[in-house]
Amino acid sequence: MADELVNLTIDGYPVSVPKGTTLIEAAKQAGVLVPHYCYHPSLSAPAVCRMCLVEVEKSPKLLPACVTTVAEGQVVHVNSPGAKKAREGVLEFLLINHPLDCPICDQAGECELQDFVFQEGRPSTRYSEFAKRYNPVEDFGPDVLYVPNRCILCTRCVRFMDEVAKEPVLNVSERGDRAYIGIAPEQRLDHPWSGNVVDLCPVGSLISKDFLHKARAWELDKTAGVCTGCTQGCNVMVETRDNVVVRIRPRPNLEVNRHFICDYGRLNYRWMNRGDRIEAPLVREESGEGFRAVDWDTALARLRALVAGGAGRGAGRAVILASGMASTESLGLVRRLLDRHDVTAAIQVPVGEEAPLPGVPNLALRRERIPNLDGALLLGYGLDWSGAVAAAREASLVVLLDVILTPEEEAALADRTVVVLGTVAAEQERFAQLILPITNPVEESGTFVNRDRRIQRYLQAKAPPGMARPAWWIAAEAMALGAATPTSAAEALEYLGESVPALAGVTHAELGLTGRVLAGAGAAAEVAR
Amino acid sequence: MGYPHPPHPKETVVLSKHFGDAEARTFEGWVTRGGYEGLKKALGMTPEQIIEEVKASGLRGRGGAGFPTGLKWSFVPKNDGKPHYLVCNADESEPGTFKDREIMRWTPHGLIEGVAIAAYAIGSERAYIYIRGEFTEPWRIMSAAVEEAYRHGALGGNVFGTGKRIDITLHRGAGAYICGEETALLNSIEGKRGNPRIKPPFPAIAGLFGMPTAVNNVETLAAVPHIILRGAAWYTGLCLGNPKSTGTKLVSICGHVQRPGNYEVTLGTPLKEILYDMAGGPRPGRRIKAVIPGGSSVPILTAEEADATIFDYEGVVAAGSMLGSAGMIVMDDTTDMVYQIMRLARFYAHESCAQCTQCREGTAWSTRILERILAGNGKPEDLELLLDLADNMTGKTICVLSDSCAAPIVSGIKKFRGEFEAYLKKLRQPALVAV
Amino acid sequence: MSDTVGAPRGPQRGASAHGGHGTEADAAYQPVFVGETRAKLEKLFEQYPTKQACLLPALWMVQEQRGWISERAIGEVAEVLGLTPAYVKGVVTFYTMYHTHPVGRHFIQVCTTSPCNICGAEDVVKAFLQHTGCGELGATSADGRFTVIEVECLGACGFATPVLIDDDFHESVTPEGVPALLQRYK
Repeated sequence: MADELVNLTIDGYPVSVPKGTTLIEAAKQAGVLVPHYCYHPSLSAPAVCRMCLVEVEKSPKLLPACVTTVAEGQVVHVNSPGAKKAREGVLEFLLINHPLDCPICDQAGECELQDFVFQEGRPSTRYSEFAKRYNPVEDFGPDVLYVPNRCILCTRCVRFMDEVAKEPVLNVSERGDRAYIGIAPEQRLDHPWSGNVVDLCPVGSLISKDFLHKARAWELDKTAGVCTGCTQGCNVMVETRDNVVVRIRPRPNLEVNRHFICDYGRLNYRWMNRGDRIEAPLVREESGEGFRAVDWDTALARLRALVAGGAGRGAGRAVILASGMASTESLGLVRRLLDRHDVTAAIQVPVGEEAPLPGVPNLALRRERIPNLDGALLLGYGLDWSGAVAAAREASLVVLLDVILTPEEEAALADRTVVVLGTVAAEQERFAQLILPITNPVEESGTFVNRDRRIQRYLQAKAPPGMARPAWWIAAEAMALGAATPTSAAEALEYLGESVPALAGVTHAELGLTGRVLAGAGAAAEVAR
Repeated sequence: MGYPHPPHPKETVVLSKHFGDAEARTFEGWVTRGGYEGLKKALGMTPEQIIEEVKASGLRGRGGAGFPTGLKWSFVPKNDGKPHYLVCNADESEPGTFKDREIMRWTPHGLIEGVAIAAYAIGSERAYIYIRGEFTEPWRIMSAAVEEAYRHGALGGNVFGTGKRIDITLHRGAGAYICGEETALLNSIEGKRGNPRIKPPFPAIAGLFGMPTAVNNVETLAAVPHIILRGAAWYTGLCLGNPKSTGTKLVSICGHVQRPGNYEVTLGTPLKEILYDMAGGPRPGRRIKAVIPGGSSVPILTAEEADATIFDYEGVVAAGSMLGSAGMIVMDDTTDMVYQIMRLARFYAHESCAQCTQCREGTAWSTRILERILAGNGKPEDLELLLDLADNMTGKTICVLSDSCAAPIVSGIKKFRGEFEAYLKKLRQPALVAV
Repeated sequence: MSDTVGAPRGPQRGASAHGGHGTEADAAYQPVFVGETRAKLEKLFEQYPTKQACLLPALWMVQEQRGWISERAIGEVAEVLGLTPAYVKGVVTFYTMYHTHPVGRHFIQVCTTSPCNICGAEDVVKAFLQHTGCGELGATSADGRFTVIEVECLGACGFATPVLIDDDFHESVTPEGVPALLQRYK
């Protein structure tokens, strides 16, 4: 029976887990961390680091918690003197050839060797007077350096490339204390998902060139995000230092990306730090030449006037040309803002090559390189971009939501009433009536709906520049809803739930940080695709 | 017999009867000497009958662990529809042990017979004999013998006209002591690094290519035809009092004795008789200082302890060591115990597969400390350090290579502490140049 | 007692990773697994349920023909057996009998593990180093004739000191016997 429960005690805590659970996972349930290196929940368990040895009553030897499965009535001690002595021994053995170069090691501060040695290692080494093993640093691939001296031979990287990426270019070479991680002759660690070996490495042996010496781990602020790279919706941690995004790393979500992200998503963050941002609302001068920076009240008044259609052109037709980077909240409220118009809305979908991670079902860098395609579809945005651009020629009002247009597309809007909600200063000055600064996805909280209709939250990771606001806020304020005006992304989503059946009852609070799949009514979106 | 010496009257010659007799190597020579009768008889029995007979004989694994052979075979599932494999471990690499080499060199057909019987008993149509890469001569002899056996219908699709299929493939190792560990050996046959596997699952359930497998040592399998032919009762009769240790055992003696070689004794023979009567005792004017009774992985005995030891599985344990592979290394009073323990540690450091932390780092570190002591740079705390490292290396890894490195260090320090201290206190000239 | 500490510790990492290896120009590489050798390997396939199991035998075939296993040969073996070069290299470097760089015409392996060591094996090593002109362990003599290494236990401890020269196993070799023995290897 799959759901048969086994009862056991771990460090005095009773716990019931499904039959077949390993002790290391059962201990997690009991709130007990079993220190480990080679074990990783998304890889096979070779039980080689011997760090997770625990005492199991009635067993003559310590047992590796990563491969020992639970048994009824078992009494397990993770922190008994015997288990602690064994760990202290392993830590000492791991350190004899490990350079104490933590001051220049990128892993310092988030190093599992450092952590566990600090926690329960010996205060000093007994490996005195001997030289440590020395091997030169190797360039493994586009974003991975191998520092063999720091390697503890846990083999996570080898197993990842073998079992998950299914491109086994790494191996364990030689044997005994001469062993090291080798790379195939004339091959590179350049699989589209190979950057994960850097995260998997429990020490600073495999390091990212992109992050090299950029920041110390303890200087980083970490915020739960969702990757904006494609429609997969991988959960990520956005790591900032002094309001600058310096690293994107995977955040576990067993339903979406397990523990991994692709290199495209990992390295696609520089735009988040762009300096050429629109920082204040800009309204076109009455003369028609140039813009004037205004406060939000002035800007919103102007927006309301434009939406009300004062210019009398095009008989109430409006077009929204939007970016798939926009949150569900922003797409939804901008759409609601134009409710009294005959609206054509479309999103821009840049495409690239698909790059699956073969060892994980339904995980790939997707062709559609935007995070909120399905969110846009369920809010009534279409995919007929050129049709929407053509419609814009006739529209009385055109709203551009953070899109960059081609010169031809711009030409189509030459004499239209155009409102730009944008992040970066582009050429919009040529044709826009009103330019409103909005936040980018790391400067706001919101939700994206991924390709499996999973709605997931992301949180604000850094402060927005100048007067930039989330697009949903601008739309909400312009709608003048009075007391019903949403004041947060969470309220914005709830407001949308009142009119969009798929979002009815969905709240930020219940989504937590791993999201949930939206119920029902997926068909329309699928047909649209 | 005490090859290369004439048989000693105190030996019980079964497996070694034809050592040194080149004619016994050929198929015809083997048949003339009563060979292949055991296999023929076995083919007339059911697999269950064979397993019962071997169980009743009390035969235990001669490779080192001493696990009852019949019982091991009985763990292989019956009629499960999967291919089964019989694997013969001829990766004899335990320092001090050179008995399987002689079995293969002189009685290759005896081994083939044993392999074939065992394969039949566990329902295996394909057996592999894994011969260590360095054994070039045994490899040539075994290759010729297997070819001959096929030619004479002792192997192949219709063994001796019974319609039964038994194929044997020889597989050559390539220089890795650890492949003598049965699961490492299985990995090696599969074309992998010779890394020991986590047990469970045991090979009887999921072994070679994931299929039910029995792995047996050369000497174990070579004894099987004799048991089948002469009966379990005959074999249990080869016993000097301890019913748990039956039959004969080849003892490899090397080092400081007058007649090093292989002696076949009934289990239960006093170790003293093997050492002094058969192997001729120490060289003239010398005194035996230490004996490692079961291959280099077992604790060292002092001469006095060795003299009082009864040579069978339980007897050697009672003396504080293990029978192991019965490769007996004898060291006389000229031996620098510290140096030799360093050599053993260096051996294990060289052979560690690199999987488990304690073994990979511990064997190398222990070696360095021993080298430091020998170079005259030892520290007063080095012996306690070695003992503590040994404790951290014992009982904590996937296989016992790490334990095997620790055993001679621990017993060496315990029993010959004075020699270590002589280096530490600089009472003795350094034996190594510091590097 | 000897004063050497020259244990066979395997190649240094730096050497193996950065050009210490022998190299074979692409153009010069002739495949091993053609004709008879190919047929021999194919016949071996019948004896195992997987091609991978033929890895050790295939590597032996390469070494028998070429004297050592180059990276190009690793690539060829990987291709023939449906494995990856990284995998094959991991296996090659595990087993000490496979040469990952060229060695002398005659490869001399002297056992110096404890049982032989106490019977004077290190003096036998010295004799080999002296009479082959190799000078040091692992080095190849100037005439390309010999390479001498120490090995761990050859499994003939009762016949100290055993020496493996190419595929010939010599028992009870003494320092005095070394010159005559070497005469047999040109």
